[in-house]
Amino acid sequence: MSTMRQAREVARIDLVVEGRVGETIRVIVPFAVAALLVLPLAQGPNLALLRQVGPAVFWTLGLLFGMQIALRQSANDTDARRDLYALAGVDPAARFLGRTASGTVLLTVFLAVLFVAILALYDTPLTGAAVPALAMSVVLFAYGLAALATLAGEVSSGLRNRGALASLIVAPLSLPLVMGAAQTAAGIGRDAGILSWSLLLLATDIALTVVGVAVAGPLEEART
Amino acid sequence: MQTDGPGVRLAAVQPLVALARVGVTRDGNALLDDVVLDIAPGEVVGVSGPNGSGKTTLLRLIATLIRPDRGTGHVLGARLATPGAFGVRHRIGLVGHEPALVPELTIFENLDHIARLGGLDRDRVMPVLEIVGLAGAARRRIRAASRGMQRRVEIAHMLLRNPDLLLLDEAASGLDADAAGLIEAITTRVTANGGAVVTVSHDPSHLQGCTRVLSISAGRLVSA
Repeated sequence: MSTMRQAREVARIDLVVEGRVGETIRVIVPFAVAALLVLPLAQGPNLALLRQVGPAVFWTLGLLFGMQIALRQSANDTDARRDLYALAGVDPAARFLGRTASGTVLLTVFLAVLFVAILALYDTPLTGAAVPALAMSVVLFAYGLAALATLAGEVSSGLRNRGALASLIVAPLSLPLVMGAAQTAAGIGRDAGILSWSLLLLATDIALTVVGVAVAGPLEEART
Repeated sequence: MQTDGPGVRLAAVQPLVALARVGVTRDGNALLDDVVLDIAPGEVVGVSGPNGSGKTTLLRLIATLIRPDRGTGHVLGARLATPGAFGVRHRIGLVGHEPALVPELTIFENLDHIARLGGLDRDRVMPVLEIVGLAGAARRRIRAASRGMQRRVEIAHMLLRNPDLLLLDEAASGLDADAAGLIEAITTRVTANGGAVVTVSHDPSHLQGCTRVLSISAGRLVSA
């Protein structure tokens, strides 16, 4: 079976499991939306201020809660499930790609919900023409964060303090993703050029994919 | 049987497993020490020993899931601790202590997932479930299945995959007579196809029917 087919199957099952456990939808999304309420409640009905800080709040909460979602995926990878995949002949690169794909779907759904909540609560201005470019930046950000968290999960697998270590890896390395996505969105709002920031996002995603696929096998071997 | 050094070596032609003075140390503890073992096609090797003696470590070593620190080992022609070991994993079946199943999926979905990952014939899933007596419970989630049912699912997994090397870790523990009969049946099937079986148990009565029985104590393998 090809690597891509195995990756698709890994992603499919991840999403089926998430659909049944519902951790992202039932726990993390409501918490993130509740966190959005903190600033309006603290500042009162200052719409001008809320419009101004809306995008910054979106990307901050997107990163913080997005990290939780993305790292949760790799934390669910039990030793028994790793053995199952190893003995089923699953290519470690396929596992990386599949987990990244399922993480991307979950993060995109999460960011879409967060975005709608920002529009409603912060009165953030948005024109219809900006939606495709904004959607592209959200998906590229989601993919990069999912790939980074999957990679961090693989690197820290089997180590003590795994969760803390994975977060420490993801937080600083996500900087180009946050910068690229936030500046792309800001550029759309100002009618400024977004190509360079979009390319930064795309280049980061490609780099993370290449590194993840390349090290998946050696990391699997090192874990034995 | 002929003795060679501190471990046990059986004369065998083109062994499926060949371990030469293999040792495994983790966190300063010698889990396996100076293990010498050849397993020929058609053999059913039983290993008995008390808890913590190294039985599970031995099986995981043969399954290529852990690497030796000392000595050399070959499994199905691939040298342990080399990338070549990846290539034979799909020919190895392991029924371990912890069920290698996805708890959120149903019994059918687990086997279907394995079939999809391994490029196996998905039409065989239901017939295999009928063989192990679980066709009527196919839609039950693993989380809601009894330990005995989970064992049957793992046996069904092995029937689906037809491994050349079957490793059974306390597989008969807690099973009723029907399920124990299924283990005998799959053991016969594997050896009839030129494969081999290694079964470990702390209870020597579970090793009746083995072509030879070894004993393991403090990580050292000796003839029983």
